[in-house]
Amino acid sequence: MIDTAVQSQVAIDYSAGERLTMNMGPQHPSAHGVFRAILTLEGETVVGVDAVIGYLHRCHEKLAETLTYAQYPSIASKTDYVAAMTSEFAYVLAAEQIGVVDVPKRAQYIRVIAAELQRIASHLLWLGTWCMDMGGALGGGATVFLYCIRERELILDLFESLVGARLLYGLFQVGGVRYDLPDGWPQQCRDTLATIEQRLIEYERLLEDNPFFLARARGVGFITRELAEDVGVAGPLLRGSGVNFDLRRNLPYSSYGDFTFSVPVEPEGDCFARYRVRMVEFRQSIAIVRQALDRLPDGPISSRPALKSVAQIRIQKGEAYARVEGPRGEVGCYLIADGSPKPYRMKWRGASFSNLSVLPHVLPGHKVADVVAIMGSVDPVFGEVDR
Amino acid sequence: MTYEQAASTIAERFSGVTVETGAPLIVSVPVDQWRAFAQFAKESLGCRFFNFLSAVDWKDGGLEVVAVVDNLDDNVSLRLKTRLAPSPAEAGHDEAPRCASLVPVFRGANWMERECYDMFGIVFEDHPDLRRILLGDDWQGHPLLKSYAVDTPHPPYR
Repeated sequence: MIDTAVQSQVAIDYSAGERLTMNMGPQHPSAHGVFRAILTLEGETVVGVDAVIGYLHRCHEKLAETLTYAQYPSIASKTDYVAAMTSEFAYVLAAEQIGVVDVPKRAQYIRVIAAELQRIASHLLWLGTWCMDMGGALGGGATVFLYCIRERELILDLFESLVGARLLYGLFQVGGVRYDLPDGWPQQCRDTLATIEQRLIEYERLLEDNPFFLARARGVGFITRELAEDVGVAGPLLRGSGVNFDLRRNLPYSSYGDFTFSVPVEPEGDCFARYRVRMVEFRQSIAIVRQALDRLPDGPISSRPALKSVAQIRIQKGEAYARVEGPRGEVGCYLIADGSPKPYRMKWRGASFSNLSVLPHVLPGHKVADVVAIMGSVDPVFGEVDR
Repeated sequence: MTYEQAASTIAERFSGVTVETGAPLIVSVPVDQWRAFAQFAKESLGCRFFNFLSAVDWKDGGLEVVAVVDNLDDNVSLRLKTRLAPSPAEAGHDEAPRCASLVPVFRGANWMERECYDMFGIVFEDHPDLRRILLGDDWQGHPLLKSYAVDTPHPPYR
């Protein structure tokens, strides 16, 4: 697929020695998907990176032009399948902005609850897989992974009783949400949050008291503030590099303005800073869900009548760029409507795509073993990179 | 920096540029000022965050390159647009539409412009490494053009 003659290499200064080209992936357990890195090595040090992506490309942007506003939200969840809720969120927000569609307060709160639970589930998967990548340093590697999966199951159970599906939901639709909370769901949700909150303390003790973990995470994979903004990385990577920006607070959408929460910022920019940001985000998400459950208003869950045909939703001409703070950062949907039941053009800004594109700037100078730790701390989901 | 200040600064500095006021500012830039304007937005308006770059195929109306850059400190967002000639598939010749690359200004434009080249066939001048990114190197055509049908047959894999 790649002609070696045109490979791009980030050249760093070296005086002597032999260079070796090493292939990593596309089926590498630490890649969390299908990602191929062609590393140029000098001894054990990386001096050049060529990233090959696109293995999961399904051309969602073309697909969206062929599907109606009623059909696409459930397909949007297949872009970032680890955080399906936030992908659906971005698409329906864009359609609602153009069409000036009202969303009832109860639906907005249910959206916030779903999105925040999704963030917790996604961060749990990140923590588990990242710790597994760093393997033996953590007393067997799979320990933290299995703990995290155990907690993630509790949230997937909540989603299953809400929607009926565990991975790809189709909860969001233009004008509201598709399902109301079932009986007993809020209590089940509170119990789950209490369990997870307790277990987070265990994880932190397990990791932060472990000198091997600290040695692998601290001082590795620096992303400066300037580089972070220039490349456009978002979410925990941006906040881990000292930029105090969170869309939920800076440009509030869907009732986020009603809740009080803090935005964690760490100035160091290394893997450990990104880990700390995410650990605080767990707590903030739990706080937001609790506030939303406490104040959940009554009323309808959609401003639109029940759908009788897929082409029922028509949106006036116009364009909008909806931005949602997903677990991996800014998920953006740039939508152009032409008055028909289908969009004229949709551009999907995948947070993982931008986050991953920082790797060629960060990896040179690190050891091969650190490539795994840095890639894990970026938390890419390849469905969203390749779209 | 507020939206009003940004709009008036742009109007003072660039005469050929039209600004649609609102949030975000929608700025239409002539193609020969594309990179100069991006440089200006980064340095003078503080829009250092490179959000995304893509394009829209308006058929006879030509291709439109769209980029979003943000000033994260002041929550100011600019949506930059520039119009290129229609794609060769639409216009019936084989001269690729060209646009100045933003990579010298924003490093994040590297992958975004590669994707844009992949999907629309737009050639970004001075891009250090312009090749396909999501599709295979032997792919024929540019799928997001309106002239590219969803069921376009393509040669079998080798």
